[in-house]
Amino acid sequence: MYSPQIILEAALNGLMTGAVYALIALGLTLIYGVLHIINFAHGALLTCAMFAVWIAWAWLGLDPYLVILPLVPLMFALGYGLQRFVIGPASHGDDGNILLVTLGLSIVLENVLLALFQSDTRTLDTDYSFQVVALGPLLLSYPRVIGLGVAVVVTGLLWLVLNRTDTGKAIRAVAKEKLGANLVGIDVPHVYAVTFGLGCACLAVAAGLLMPTFYVNPRIGGAFVLVAFTVVVLGGMGSLPGALLGGLFIGVVESLCGLLLGDSLGQIGIFLIFIAVLLVRPTGLFGAKA
Amino acid sequence: MGRSVQDSAISGISRRTVLKAGAAAAAFTVVPVAAPSILRAQTPAVKIGILQPVTGALAHDGDLGRLGAELAINEINAAGGIKALGGAKIEMLFGDARSTPEAGTQEVERMQAEGVSAIVGGFASPICLAASQAAARYDLPYLVDVGVSDQIMTRGLANTFRFSPGFGKVTQVALDNLTAINERAGKPAKTVVLVHEDGLFGSGLAKLLQAELPKRGFEILETIAHPTPARDMSNVALRIRSLNPDLVIPSNYYGEFVLLARTMQQQRIKPKGVYAILGGAASNGRFVKEFPQAAQNVIDCNHWHDPKNPKALALRKAVEGQGKSFAYNVPLNYSNLLLLADAIERAGSADRKKIIEALNASTFAGHIMPYGPTKFVNGQNEGATPINTQIQGEDIKVIFPEAFAEAKANFPAA
Repeated sequence: MYSPQIILEAALNGLMTGAVYALIALGLTLIYGVLHIINFAHGALLTCAMFAVWIAWAWLGLDPYLVILPLVPLMFALGYGLQRFVIGPASHGDDGNILLVTLGLSIVLENVLLALFQSDTRTLDTDYSFQVVALGPLLLSYPRVIGLGVAVVVTGLLWLVLNRTDTGKAIRAVAKEKLGANLVGIDVPHVYAVTFGLGCACLAVAAGLLMPTFYVNPRIGGAFVLVAFTVVVLGGMGSLPGALLGGLFIGVVESLCGLLLGDSLGQIGIFLIFIAVLLVRPTGLFGAKA
Repeated sequence: MGRSVQDSAISGISRRTVLKAGAAAAAFTVVPVAAPSILRAQTPAVKIGILQPVTGALAHDGDLGRLGAELAINEINAAGGIKALGGAKIEMLFGDARSTPEAGTQEVERMQAEGVSAIVGGFASPICLAASQAAARYDLPYLVDVGVSDQIMTRGLANTFRFSPGFGKVTQVALDNLTAINERAGKPAKTVVLVHEDGLFGSGLAKLLQAELPKRGFEILETIAHPTPARDMSNVALRIRSLNPDLVIPSNYYGEFVLLARTMQQQRIKPKGVYAILGGAASNGRFVKEFPQAAQNVIDCNHWHDPKNPKALALRKAVEGQGKSFAYNVPLNYSNLLLLADAIERAGSADRKKIIEALNASTFAGHIMPYGPTKFVNGQNEGATPINTQIQGEDIKVIFPEAFAEAKANFPAA
């Protein structure tokens, strides 16, 4: 069997990959918690952000981590615009419609990317892509350590925004009682759009963290969103700490399954958990009782 | 409807019968465009389909394959085209297999509709399998450029030819050479970890190695499979590190090979040797150029041009002059096109059946691979063989067999 050191290292690798899953799930769970919709376009939007990072690197020579700074407001604006001018108006107030609109949006986005970039897989290379941080006998991938740190900070910031600002208060109010919030003068469509924008901004950060070691092609978002859905279900729909802890946990499960069962079967553990959570605790770890 | 009746009738006839009947059948070909007298009078171009995956996961390989084919076609046309057809030029009809067998088959159908005389390429085994089968329905000659799966040649398809060696042959030679290289160095390597992609190519190779390596005194510590494309090689590297083998034998495509080599470098894993068999990047110039440290001393047993052939060296210079790497895809596709042009020349016709006949009788020596004159038995070129290369410094050198060697093997790696 494997030595404890190898298992520990695989678990840490998983923890760090899980941090990025958590970021993606964070956007998904936030949008669900407030708008009460499953955003099927989440994966396609992540792909867009990853292409943006790749373009900034390939055409302008910008470092992927630096690109996060301008990309966050850009993705926020994109998300805000999409909700305000496309998804919101097209839904006519019916949640079922929203589901279909986001699904349609994902198909449109993916195919636009496919038309622009073909199905090629693209990577970028930085000096630090394969550097390691030596932690005693453990060699940890430098970009992943950064990923873990940034994911925790972003979750913290998001929590602060929701709990310490007026906008955050408005978001929470709309999430709890839409009609009541409307009656006390909160601009509900605006809050919806801000929430959607925040969800997209999380994707911008995730994209910047992924690209130094990962690749992008027009269909890559799907692979992450499937995992992110599991994270959201595990952590509890709409719960931020749930998304963070769920993401980390899923990352570790994936990595250990990959080590023990082989990488071809690595994701099997994720979906077993998905089924188990749905059977045993449908509200998730931190979810409110439905 | 008529098509399927015809198909079932053909499938009942053995390959031999088809070949014997070939000459007679060709004279009565029903396809109206193949009226030879008219063709000769106007010397219309001979259309050749070039099928390569130039987008998707295998895009890098497909690009190089297309380049090799293009260079050969330009050369043939510049030298006066097909002389037996009044100097007819070769017209390339390119199809992008988009890295999937389905897309490869679609492109074969398109090429068939546009009236090509033969198809060259495919690159990956799954694409070659599907595309050659699709071409077989139209008796359309199909030259496999790289696809090594033995299955490609054991289906008895009369239209399918492979100039390069297949799995069985490559592994046989690779194992013989590995044993020889190891013995010469004083047998430093005893334990092995196999890393392979979980598709047709990697799994097939791993299975063969699992059966053969123990017979030659190597102990297989573990066989690790990974998907293509792989997101991450950390787990694979961790397992290699914990097993600490003398030798790592990877069989995968370019992206995963590079990821593995770089992750091994990152994790400071230094086995006595990395011995790739048909390694995706192990003898690829781009890998050497971009990641020289990770690439150092990697040995490959793979398709490679004859380094003592002046024509091969001139081609290499021309390709590298364009800023492209001279991976095996280039000389293989280049050689395949020359081989096909020779067959068309001898057939004296762009007719598919006549080309198949001419390929079967081919003893072509004008190619640039270390194979000797071609001799096709059931579509497979019997003289085809891989050779061993090693990445040394910024170059890829042939190290074995001695008849072709440019440098001594650096094994065990210093």
